Amino acid sequence: MAEREVHIHVDDLTMAYGSNLIQADLNFDVYKGDVFVIMGTSGCGKSTLLKHMIGLYPPAKGDIRFGDKSFFHSDLETQFQMRRSWGITYQSGGLFSAMTLAENAALPLQQYTTLSAAEVADIVAYKLALVGLDGYQDYYPSEISGGMQKRAGLARAIALDPDILFFDEPSAGLDPISSQLLDDLILEMQESLGATVVIVTHELASIFAIASNSVFLDPETKTMIDYGDPKVLVEQSENEKVRRFLARGGTHAMSGAAGDTP
Amino acid sequence: MSTPGTPDFQLTDNGQTLAFSGDWNIEADCPDFGDLQAQLEAARPTELRCDTAALGDWDSALPAFLLHCQHYCENAGISFGTDALPEGAQRLLKVATAVKTHQRPAEKTTSLAERLDPRARLKSLWDNIEDHLVFIGENTVALMKLLTGRANTRRADFVNFIYQAGPNAFGIITLTSFLVGMILAYLGAAQLAQFGAQIYVANLVTIGMLREMGALMTAVVMAGRTGAAYAAQLGTMQTREEIDAIVTLGISPIEFLVLPRMIALVLIMPLLVLYANVIGIFGGAIVAAGMDVSLIQFGQQMREALAFNHLWTGLLKSVVFGVLIAIAGCRAGIQCGRSSAAVGEAATNAVVTSIVYLIVADAALNILFQKLGV
Repeated sequence: MAEREVHIHVDDLTMAYGSNLIQADLNFDVYKGDVFVIMGTSGCGKSTLLKHMIGLYPPAKGDIRFGDKSFFHSDLETQFQMRRSWGITYQSGGLFSAMTLAENAALPLQQYTTLSAAEVADIVAYKLALVGLDGYQDYYPSEISGGMQKRAGLARAIALDPDILFFDEPSAGLDPISSQLLDDLILEMQESLGATVVIVTHELASIFAIASNSVFLDPETKTMIDYGDPKVLVEQSENEKVRRFLARGGTHAMSGAAGDTP
Repeated sequence: MSTPGTPDFQLTDNGQTLAFSGDWNIEADCPDFGDLQAQLEAARPTELRCDTAALGDWDSALPAFLLHCQHYCENAGISFGTDALPEGAQRLLKVATAVKTHQRPAEKTTSLAERLDPRARLKSLWDNIEDHLVFIGENTVALMKLLTGRANTRRADFVNFIYQAGPNAFGIITLTSFLVGMILAYLGAAQLAQFGAQIYVANLVTIGMLREMGALMTAVVMAGRTGAAYAAQLGTMQTREEIDAIVTLGISPIEFLVLPRMIALVLIMPLLVLYANVIGIFGGAIVAAGMDVSLIQFGQQMREALAFNHLWTGLLKSVVFGVLIAIAGCRAGIQCGRSSAAVGEAATNAVVTSIVYLIVADAALNILFQKLGV
């Protein structure tokens, strides 16, 4: 990767709820094809940052640009087009509980395309098969397990072959095996779709297995304190906090997880 | 012939080669798998190879089509060669077929005769009544514990529910009871004027509000306002596992959640009804004033009509109604399912059940009062 194209550019971003400052002076780039991890201790504003990136919360100061377009400074039509190219999974699935899995995954297709019902059903069957849920079309979210709900959320997120996939704590509440399978699935999606992936997580195994770049948010200084590949940061970060965070699993567990990277 | 770029396939070589051409994008008009299936059934090959020499751009449309092919080939015993596919498509296909298609276990179907069986219906009706009795029983036990000072009920919750059910409801109770008083007066005045007895509008409005409309209208408003809120609060707590947490902390959800709501409503209902009575009679007086019954005449007539037993029958009803609304609302919330749709159902259920309860209880109480002669 000689010339890497910047996909998401976060420029001097400050996030606040009213007068309550969450994070200030965030500057970083996410490159095309990156698996970018937003990490940090609990309560540092990881999920808030993600919600700013997907356009749910407007920034208090600064801007987030996708290519050369800023979401918040675009007109509604452009925002609509930008949203079409994003796939998002939420912390607790975000599945519509009154709809079956097939209806959940079909919603973006119905919203953004003019496909016939049969074509939608074909694409939905394929997307559910990708996440290992083919045959579960008629199930309601309440009838399947938490891990399956997360995967169903992923099926909905990839329904439109997104350019950018956002994950909010994908492995939270999953057992290590399911969590590893989900990681593999994320990598597979990233490689075969050529998508950029942004993940909020604090699962070390996951971070070392899939991340190619990352940013570390600190709740005390209320800003980012490091930026780079976590496999490098764990050894070379100038900030002791970052090294401690990344090495907490012990060097043994860390090198094991890193060795699993395909 | 199709223009270049249009997604299409050709089955050649005695049905052994499947050649893709054009750009397979979901927005483009991709061929239907049914066409290929018909051709394959005619050709009956033993193996099927893919050829993608003429394939242009592709997205999910292609692997979705291929997945169909693969499932069909497996069922028909055809070996499906995917080596010539783009590497990404091969990998996606591999992921998509890694887990076998789930077969939903067949649900037990019930025949029409079974569904119409009156015994089953009676049984479900009985179950429902039993549920209610259990719920009322649990509440009674919890109330006993509260009276002996051993219940887990938080005073702060209780004060909060009093505030929600009482002062917050003043606006809407004022509006509805004022209008109901006016309606009663109009209704009576039109009839009484026929024999020149407009003055008795005062009796009609006073007795009507005190005995019936004050309590009933307030109860209907509170069923929609507070009963539904109770069901939604408790239902949401159920979906967010808060009720599970209360149970596993060794606290009875009835004592902790239901009792403060019920007592708040039971205490506040008679006060709201008293207030509604005053406002309703005032509304009636305003209408009567427009029909040549002055406020002073109305007041004097009202004092004659005011009897203690009218007042307490209304207040007794209000207490009963308060209990019923709280039971219907809290029971719907506690028994709520765990999805967001279930919370909506619980709220609907709470309002419908409590209004049915109110009407039935009102009729029953009226019959009772009639027999007792009060």
